[in-house]
Amino acid sequence: MLSTRMINLIVPIISVVLGLLAGAIIMLIFGYNPIAGYIALWNGAFGNVYFFGETIRQITPYILTGLAVAFAFRSGLFNIGAEGQVIVGWLASVWVGASIQAPTIIHLPLTIIAAALAGALWGFLPGLLKAKRGVHEVIITIMMNYIALHVANYLIRNVLTDKSDSTAPIENTASLASEWLMEITGYSRMHYGILIALFAAVIMWFLLEKTTIGYELRAVGYNQHASNYAGMNVGKNIILAMMISGGFAGLAGAMEGLGTFGYMSANSSFTNLGFDGIAVALLGGNTALGSVIAAFLFGILKIGALNMPTSAGVPSELVEIDIALIIYFVASSYIIRWTLLRFFKKEEK
Amino acid sequence: MTFIDTLQSIIPIALFYSAPLILTSLGGVFSERSGVVNIGLEGLMVMGAFVGIVFNLTFAEVFGAVTPWISILVASIVGAIFSLLHAVASVTFRADQVVSGVAINFLALGLGVFLTKQWYGKGQTDMVDQPFYTTDIWLLSDIPIVGPIFFQGVYAVSYVAILLAFVAWYILFKTSFGLRLRSVGEHPMAADTNGINVYLMRYIAVFISGALGGLGGSVFALTIAFNFSQATIVGQGFMSLAAVIFGKWHPLGALGAALFFGFAQTLSVVGSSIPFLADVPSVYLTIAPYLLTILALAGFIGRAEAPKANGQPYIKGSR
Repeated sequence: MLSTRMINLIVPIISVVLGLLAGAIIMLIFGYNPIAGYIALWNGAFGNVYFFGETIRQITPYILTGLAVAFAFRSGLFNIGAEGQVIVGWLASVWVGASIQAPTIIHLPLTIIAAALAGALWGFLPGLLKAKRGVHEVIITIMMNYIALHVANYLIRNVLTDKSDSTAPIENTASLASEWLMEITGYSRMHYGILIALFAAVIMWFLLEKTTIGYELRAVGYNQHASNYAGMNVGKNIILAMMISGGFAGLAGAMEGLGTFGYMSANSSFTNLGFDGIAVALLGGNTALGSVIAAFLFGILKIGALNMPTSAGVPSELVEIDIALIIYFVASSYIIRWTLLRFFKKEEK
Repeated sequence: MTFIDTLQSIIPIALFYSAPLILTSLGGVFSERSGVVNIGLEGLMVMGAFVGIVFNLTFAEVFGAVTPWISILVASIVGAIFSLLHAVASVTFRADQVVSGVAINFLALGLGVFLTKQWYGKGQTDMVDQPFYTTDIWLLSDIPIVGPIFFQGVYAVSYVAILLAFVAWYILFKTSFGLRLRSVGEHPMAADTNGINVYLMRYIAVFISGALGGLGGSVFALTIAFNFSQATIVGQGFMSLAAVIFGKWHPLGALGAALFFGFAQTLSVVGSSIPFLADVPSVYLTIAPYLLTILALAGFIGRAEAPKANGQPYIKGSR
C-alpha cells in the first residue's frame, strides 16, 4: 500500500517523466530523433565543465525565485510579482555595488542586503493593500512588475548613467564572481551565489517549519478566519509574507547583478526569472527542498536545451513545451494519484 | 493644437490599443463567472496571435482583403479548442486552476515559438501582407465633431470588441444560460441540485474564454504587432486579467477597465506631442496606467468580490 508521503514524492516524478515523454513524442512527430535530442540536452548541461558551470549559474537565481513564489504560496498568497522584485533587487545591488567604496567584508553583504530590501519593499505594497484594503495581490503584483521594469530602465538611462543603456560595472569588492570557480569550469560565469541560494533555502525551511513566525504564516495560508480567531494578526502576517517573498526574489536579482553580469542593462522586456520561479515553486510542491530540486531540473533543461539545435537539430524551444507539460501534469496530479491508487489496489487483490 | 485635435489624436489610438484587452478580458469574465480562474489568458492570446499570423501569411493570396477577418475567426476557434486543455485539467481532473493556467501560458508560448522555428526557420515570422487597416465608419463618421473623433481613422474591430462587451453582458445577465453559468460559479452544489450540469457549464465557459482570448490575441497581432515572435504578447493577457478584476467580474466593468488601460497606454505613446503633457518625463506617462490602476483599486472602487466558488473544483457529492 502506498502512503500519502510516498505518493507526494512519486507524483512530481511521474509528472516529469510524462512531460519528457510528451516532448519525445513531439520530436518524433516533427521527424527528429528524440534519443539524440535528449542526449544533446544532457551533454549541453553536463557535457563539459563549461556547460556544467553555466548550468549551476542558471540554477542559482531559479532557486531564489522559486523560494520567493513558494514562500508566498505557503502563506496563501500568489506572488506573480517576483519578476519585478528581481528587477529592483538587481538594480539595487548594482547601484550599491558601483557607487560605494568599501572592503569586501562590508561591501558584499551591504549590496546583498540592499537587493533583498529592494525586493522586500516591492513586496510590501501588494501585501499592505491586500491586508488593509483586500485588493487582490495578483493584480497589484502584475502592475508592480511593469512599474519596476520602466522605472529601472529610466533610472539606468537617466540617473545611473548619462543616456547609456547599461550601468558601470560594480566594484570588485562587491562581486560574487570568482577567478577560481571560473577557471575550474572552463571560464563559465559560475559564481559563489549558488552558496547563497542554498543557504536561503535552509533559511526558508527553518523559518517556516521551526519558528513561531513560520507557524503563523502557514496558519494564515491555511485559514485566515481561524488564524484571526486564534488571535493572530492576519494583516501583519500577509505583509510579512509578501516582504520575505520579495526579499528572496530581490536576492535572485543580486545573483545576476553581482555574479553573472556585474552590471545591469535597460531591458525592453522581462527577465522571465520571476515567471520561471512560479514553475519552479509549483513543481517543488512549494517547499524549500522541493524548490531547490525543481530549480536544478529547470536549470538543466534550460541550459541543456541551448545545445539541442547544434547537436541534434531540434529547436531549443522544445524544452519550453517540456516544462509546460510538466507543470500541466503537476496540476492534474489528481488523475495521477487516482490511477496510482487503482493500480496498487488491483495488485493487492 | 486645439482640444478637438488632441482628442482626435488620442481616441482612435486608445480604441485600437483597447480592443485586444476588451476581447480577452471578456473571455476572463466568462471563465471566472463560472468558477474557473483563468491565469491562462496570456497563453490564449499567444495562441491567438500565433494562429492569426500564420493563417494570414498562408492564405493571404486566397482570401485577399477579407483575410484578417477569417484569420481572427480561425484564431478564435483554435484558441477555444486549446483552452479545453485548461478545462480538462481544472474541471475534470480537479487541478489547481492557477497551476493549470500557468501551464497553459508556458505551453502556448513554447508551442508558438517552436512551430515558428519549425515552419519559418527563424525566431519570428514574416510581416503579414493583409493586416487590418483603419477605416472611416460608414455614416457615423459624417456626424459633426463626434464623427471625426470617434469614427474616422479607426479599426472596425475596435467597435466589434465594444459591441461584444454588450453582447456578453446580455448573455450573462439577461438569459437563462447566463444565469446558469453564473450560478455554477457562485454555488455549484445548489446549481447541481437544480439540475444544472456544473461540469458542462464550466466547460462551455472556458471554451468561450478561449475563443475570446484567441480573438484578442489575433486582433493584437493584426492591428499592432503584424508578425509573431516570442515578444509579440508580453503581458497583455495579464493586463486583461487585471481588467477582469478591476471591472469587478462584470463585462461592462471589464470593458471600462480595458478602455482605461488603452487610454493610459495611448497617453504614454502620444504624450510628447500633447502640449499639456510634453514637459512631463516620459517615465511618468509610461507607468501611469499601472500606478492609476493600483490607486483606483486601493482607493475608489472598494473591495472587489470574486464569484464565490471561483477557483474551487466541484466534486459531486462532497459538502
